Amino acid sequence: MTTTSVNAEARVAYINARLLDPATGLDVHGALLTEGETVADFGPALFRDGLPPDAQVVDLQGQCLAPGLLDMRVLIGEPGEEQKDTIKSVSRAAAAGGITSIVCLPNTDPVLDEVAGLEFVARRAREVKLVKIFAYAAATRGTEGNEITEMGLLSRAGAVAFTDGTRAIASAKTMRRALSYARTFDKLIIQHPEEPSLASGGMMNAGEICTRLGLTGIPREAEIIMIERDLRLLELAGGRLHFAHVTTSESVDLIRRAKARGLKVTCDTAPHYFALTEADVGDYRTYAKVSPPLRGEMDRRAVVVGLADGTIDAIASDHIPQDQDQKRLPFAQAEAGVIGLETLFPLVLELVHKGHMPLVKALALVTSRPADILGLPLGRLAKGGPADLLVFDPDVPWRVDVGQFQSKSKNSPFEDRPVQGRPLRTVVDGRTVWQREA
Amino acid sequence: MTAPTHATATFPHRHLLGIEGLTAEQISLILDVADGYVEQNKKPNKKTAILSGLTQVNLFFENSTRTRTSFELAGIRLGADVINMSADGSSVKKGETLIDTAMTLNAMHLDALVVRHNASGAVKLLADKVNCSVINAGDGNHEHPTQALLDALAIRRRLGRLEGLVVAICGDILHSRVARSNIHLLNAMGAHVRVVAPPTLLPSQIDRLGCEVHHTMKSGLKDADVVMMLRLQNERMSGQYVPSTREYFYFYGLDYEKLEVAKPHAVIMHPGPMNRGVEIDSEVADDLKRSMILDQVELGVAVRMAVLDLLTRGRRGNAE
Repeated sequence: MTTTSVNAEARVAYINARLLDPATGLDVHGALLTEGETVADFGPALFRDGLPPDAQVVDLQGQCLAPGLLDMRVLIGEPGEEQKDTIKSVSRAAAAGGITSIVCLPNTDPVLDEVAGLEFVARRAREVKLVKIFAYAAATRGTEGNEITEMGLLSRAGAVAFTDGTRAIASAKTMRRALSYARTFDKLIIQHPEEPSLASGGMMNAGEICTRLGLTGIPREAEIIMIERDLRLLELAGGRLHFAHVTTSESVDLIRRAKARGLKVTCDTAPHYFALTEADVGDYRTYAKVSPPLRGEMDRRAVVVGLADGTIDAIASDHIPQDQDQKRLPFAQAEAGVIGLETLFPLVLELVHKGHMPLVKALALVTSRPADILGLPLGRLAKGGPADLLVFDPDVPWRVDVGQFQSKSKNSPFEDRPVQGRPLRTVVDGRTVWQREA
Repeated sequence: MTAPTHATATFPHRHLLGIEGLTAEQISLILDVADGYVEQNKKPNKKTAILSGLTQVNLFFENSTRTRTSFELAGIRLGADVINMSADGSSVKKGETLIDTAMTLNAMHLDALVVRHNASGAVKLLADKVNCSVINAGDGNHEHPTQALLDALAIRRRLGRLEGLVVAICGDILHSRVARSNIHLLNAMGAHVRVVAPPTLLPSQIDRLGCEVHHTMKSGLKDADVVMMLRLQNERMSGQYVPSTREYFYFYGLDYEKLEVAKPHAVIMHPGPMNRGVEIDSEVADDLKRSMILDQVELGVAVRMAVLDLLTRGRRGNAE
């Protein structure tokens, strides 16, 4: 078997670019040179004295060049539910969405709670070889919330953090143990903050719309009290805690205050929580059924404020593929979740176009900041760092057309939404893995 | 034979999926047409042929005797060919099956499809896939529009109007599609609506639908013209929502004592089937002067005839 080492030292010069590095706030006109899998150099003055003769030259004609996105919350259907999405289809969707690294949830079948599961994902990712695929391992065996997993061995096998993914770690005792034990390996615990006994049987946000539709509500308090509890446990046990997809104004306030007190806590949200509200459920649209549920307008605004003031550290797509069989059902019976890999970037850019934050700051939410949370050396332009890059047009208007998406499942609530800005080219380890057809 | 009243009026909707969104004029039209059928149903010959040649299917995913029978009689008396289909919940767990059922029925060229399902929104899901008129005979906790219409007809016939009346809806509002449809209808018609229940049996922000919220029968029934009792299912009285049947009847069961604060002419309604001694005392339920429970059953057939008549008018017009 031969390896493709021919391109190992290949040099590509990206010239005439708007260079954006969210880690340093850099936003200048300039050029960037990749050498093999790494960034050799970049800056406004690069190639002032002429282009290197052996490099392939890509003239970006003023388009943006930034680190590729890191999506820290993706569910892949493989292993177990390959009809929904596979490592291959997810990789293609990510590449087309400008995402160069994804971190997948352990809620597969079987659950990723053993070394063998992580090795399987890593091997499939190597075979597909499009984007970088990292994995969380389950925090508890079978994500059942009782016994903690072999965090040390799983860390050695590549687990970037521990979480029960789409399930909350419900028991306070288990949560305390998980936080304590993960300290041994300086690993993060990620919580799906929803008190299951309050949310059980729930289908959407409790309130007027839910009452009109005759559905069972999930109160906002299910999220709020879990965050309150876990912040107490974090103080008790130490360690590092991250809350996935926060959706309420109180969640944002609690985390803002906890950070001010010096607690090692971070959080993320997903585009649907700042771009949609419970009103989007409309007449039982199952594509708007997500967990946690879409909230009201005041909460949506609070999430935007939390993103703008830095309380919310990152945006993840929260990509949960569901096929037609799981969505063409009465609302109560439909599965929760939306796909998000190919809408993540334009929806993040909405924050910029609506004037909530400058472009580099929005990029940081999907590059350097999630990378820092997970301790991954990604999401920044750095000499000698990996050449994971995204070329994009920040302004071009288009409409979401799910039919064009690479994901096997099509459960997007954003179909037909007018958006602005889209990826043009995605580069992973110096290789162009996707390019928009002109 | 000519239809009794409002023979030429048209109804602007193809389906009847809920009361929410209907105007006072549309509701009044249904009630007026129903009034005509009430008279017709008292004659020895109750049949007309206005739906002759049309096919009506009653598709019930949830058990029901009275509602299904009422729809069946309504169709037969209008001359339609009526078929009953029941599908037990377990065989229709998969959504494909629900939509496939709709597509299959659609291919048979039905004219009216009457559907009951235990999931809110399921009837709308079916209605989006078929060409015929769909009537919601109850979907989950969402709506049961013909029940609200027959309740309104009963009140209007007994008290002469709906506007300005104080109507207290008492009991398990949380799980009640009847309550939701009634709140929408009574608001549209200008009545004052109250809901009376312990907070565990009230859905979040129910007041936003247009009703006063009361937690005691004494305040809720004060000066009421109409008292609507709702059924409370046994499995909800063992500590989940209320602690026991005994406690529930003590505080929320309707008896003469609690009724004293209502207006002297106040009437009592219940969508059935009743739990005697749980939400309603037998004496009160059987009081012919005050209880309209049997009127409700009688008027149900007339209201469903009116709905079938109105929804198929466009279709019949096109056919001619």
